[in-house]
Amino acid sequence: MATIEKPRVKEELISGADILVQSLVNHGVETIFAYPGGCSMPLHQALTRFGDKLRTILPRHEQGGAFAAQGWARSTGQVGVCMATSGPGATNLVTAIADAKLDSIPLIAITGQVPTAVIGTDAFQETPIVEVCRGITKHHYLVTDVNDLARIVREAFVIATTGRPGPVLIDMPKNVQMDSCVPNYNEPLNLPGYKVESPKARPEQINQMAAAIKRARRPIIYAGGGVVTAEASESLRKLVDKTGIPITTTVMGLGIFPSTDPLSLDMLGMHGSIYANYAVDQADLLIALGVRFDDRVTGKVEEFCKHGKIIHVDIDASELNKNKPAHIPVCSDVKFALDELNKIVEAPEDISDWVEQCMRWKSDEPFKYNEQYQGILQQHAIRTLWEMTIEKDPVISVGVGQHQMWAAQFYKFLEPRRWLCSSGLGTMGFGLPAAMGAQAANPGRLCFDIDGDGSFLMNIQELATCVCEKLPVKVLLLNNQHLGMVVQWEDRFMQGNRAHTYLGPIDNPEWSGQGDGIGALNPEERYPNFVGIAKGFGCGAAYVDKKADLPAAIEEMIAHDGPYVLDVAAPYQEHVLPMIPGGKTVRDLIKE
Amino acid sequence: MRHVLSALVQNVPGVLAHVAGMFASRGYNIDSLAVGATEDPSLSRMTFVVVGDDNVLEQVRKQLEKIVTVVHVDDVSSQEFVERDLMLIKVRASAENRAQIHELCNIFRGKVVDVAPDQVIVEISGQEKKVESFIDLMRPFGIVELVRTGRIAMVRGVVRPAGEASSLRKVAGAKA
Repeated sequence: MATIEKPRVKEELISGADILVQSLVNHGVETIFAYPGGCSMPLHQALTRFGDKLRTILPRHEQGGAFAAQGWARSTGQVGVCMATSGPGATNLVTAIADAKLDSIPLIAITGQVPTAVIGTDAFQETPIVEVCRGITKHHYLVTDVNDLARIVREAFVIATTGRPGPVLIDMPKNVQMDSCVPNYNEPLNLPGYKVESPKARPEQINQMAAAIKRARRPIIYAGGGVVTAEASESLRKLVDKTGIPITTTVMGLGIFPSTDPLSLDMLGMHGSIYANYAVDQADLLIALGVRFDDRVTGKVEEFCKHGKIIHVDIDASELNKNKPAHIPVCSDVKFALDELNKIVEAPEDISDWVEQCMRWKSDEPFKYNEQYQGILQQHAIRTLWEMTIEKDPVISVGVGQHQMWAAQFYKFLEPRRWLCSSGLGTMGFGLPAAMGAQAANPGRLCFDIDGDGSFLMNIQELATCVCEKLPVKVLLLNNQHLGMVVQWEDRFMQGNRAHTYLGPIDNPEWSGQGDGIGALNPEERYPNFVGIAKGFGCGAAYVDKKADLPAAIEEMIAHDGPYVLDVAAPYQEHVLPMIPGGKTVRDLIKE
Repeated sequence: MRHVLSALVQNVPGVLAHVAGMFASRGYNIDSLAVGATEDPSLSRMTFVVVGDDNVLEQVRKQLEKIVTVVHVDDVSSQEFVERDLMLIKVRASAENRAQIHELCNIFRGKVVDVAPDQVIVEISGQEKKVESFIDLMRPFGIVELVRTGRIAMVRGVVRPAGEASSLRKVAGAKA
């Protein structure tokens, strides 16, 4: 007999599915929102093998899973990860991917795909999801060889999180999930065209900024989501401290500066504060930080801050001079630029008159509503929730529409990453799944979805996820039986003609705008029965229509052990004000 | 304004679709597009002719640079450059006018690359204007078929200016 061979340490072959999941674990992913199907089954089988390191949450719709991943990402700054099968599973992710692109949210979406041998044959549940998503992802991969997989996942994380973050799609054919190889989790990136290092402001640009600030007589800071992404909130507060310059934020930027600070002019833009819009209009220096001059902010862009010099700091070079030319364009990580600026910046010579003017605008024309109203106005409900919960430092997510703008106006945020809002894409149905993802990421923290009845219905199935996965999300449902924002535009611009904006039965007079407006508040006539639905899902639920009962109802919602829906009867006649109609200027501002 | 942009891209599936999709979705017009391999098999070269003002060009360039698989973008037309377009043109050529075609072909430094009893194929390369004048001259004979590669371009042998030149120009422009 020959000598006994020592068993050779053979490098172990690992399946593509296991390599993918191991890579997620290596990148610190704690939770994935994944809905299985034929072409993603090997991946789900692998997920069960990593159950102690990686929690898999089963949403009840792929879109809900992707928005939950966003809720995770927005509330923590970490990458959100979701997964779906091929075909319809993949296309159900599309809206949330586009949403992440517009709001620059780091998201990794993994899709199953039909085996490479049948790609292009119109196989069962085949869609060319990479083709579909090209324009709405930061980058995308179709993995055709298991040997590329470990590198691709590394690249995906780098791309999703560096520079201006965004969604990355990884499309995984089923045979690649089942093929195996010896993975190298540290294989070098193959990204010759991608700069991993963030651009940094040059010293002369910092000097230019400081000089412009020193000379300014009527300066204002306009800051947004880039400050959240860069974790630059502290640096921004320091700049305001050192210079005494008033600050307004975009809807993406709520929380980067405490709304209760006297120098906070709150949000600007279409439904922003009168004082912020006046201040920007009159400013001689606009310090734009991590913003993109969105049309909902600027209105008629030529008239926006017409008399002011503009400093524009953004990490994405293509945002500079895109919508509005800047006098001092600075392509930089906003935190780096702020920290450098804070080293040398001096307060402007004398802006006390200007600050006083801003304070006067602020005290003369604050956000307001009819506090004498007998029932529950949406603004009142939000303010009450704010008063009762701000001490607990909750996360607030919203749908899209009137309730979203009112929440932006009346919930006074103090810290970043507490406000989750589909801002760029404006996706109805965002609120509940985003709150659910935030709750998964922040166990023990209060997570609210302030929602409208239209938006809530779009992803209401996620109540099942909240119950089954023990995610005690609280829903403050501002239920006016209508698509309130569209109703508002109908009232303002279309003579009140109701065009499919009533959410009840077609034989109700409200459907054609012939209702008396009272029926919508009558419990008998309201549709659907959200309390019944919520209870059917296993949530706590209650209905409230009396102003005096609201605080107790909110208290009960918070105290409830588990997810809860508080159905608040609200009128649909209320408009979000102030309002600068689209494409108009501050001179067209509607106050009443 | 007509601009020639040259982009070095990773030679991976989908990069052409990505680039073309970006142009389409942002409403930029491509006048001409040529794609081909480079000396490095992992990279390809795309040459675009884009029509638009300086702001459009700046955006096109920055949007191109944002695409992960785009390695480098050069505004060739802002520098001294050489530009070529290659054309194959099939023209009716009877016995009596074949000599005339041949003569024009020589003047334009073209080449007859195929001869059939009643038609010839001419290969011609050069700048857009030259190629287009040749097409005009061939019209009377009867053009049977025409195919062009699209323009390719290369900066003449000078040192490439620093990457931030264009944004500096923009700052200066905005100040003025």
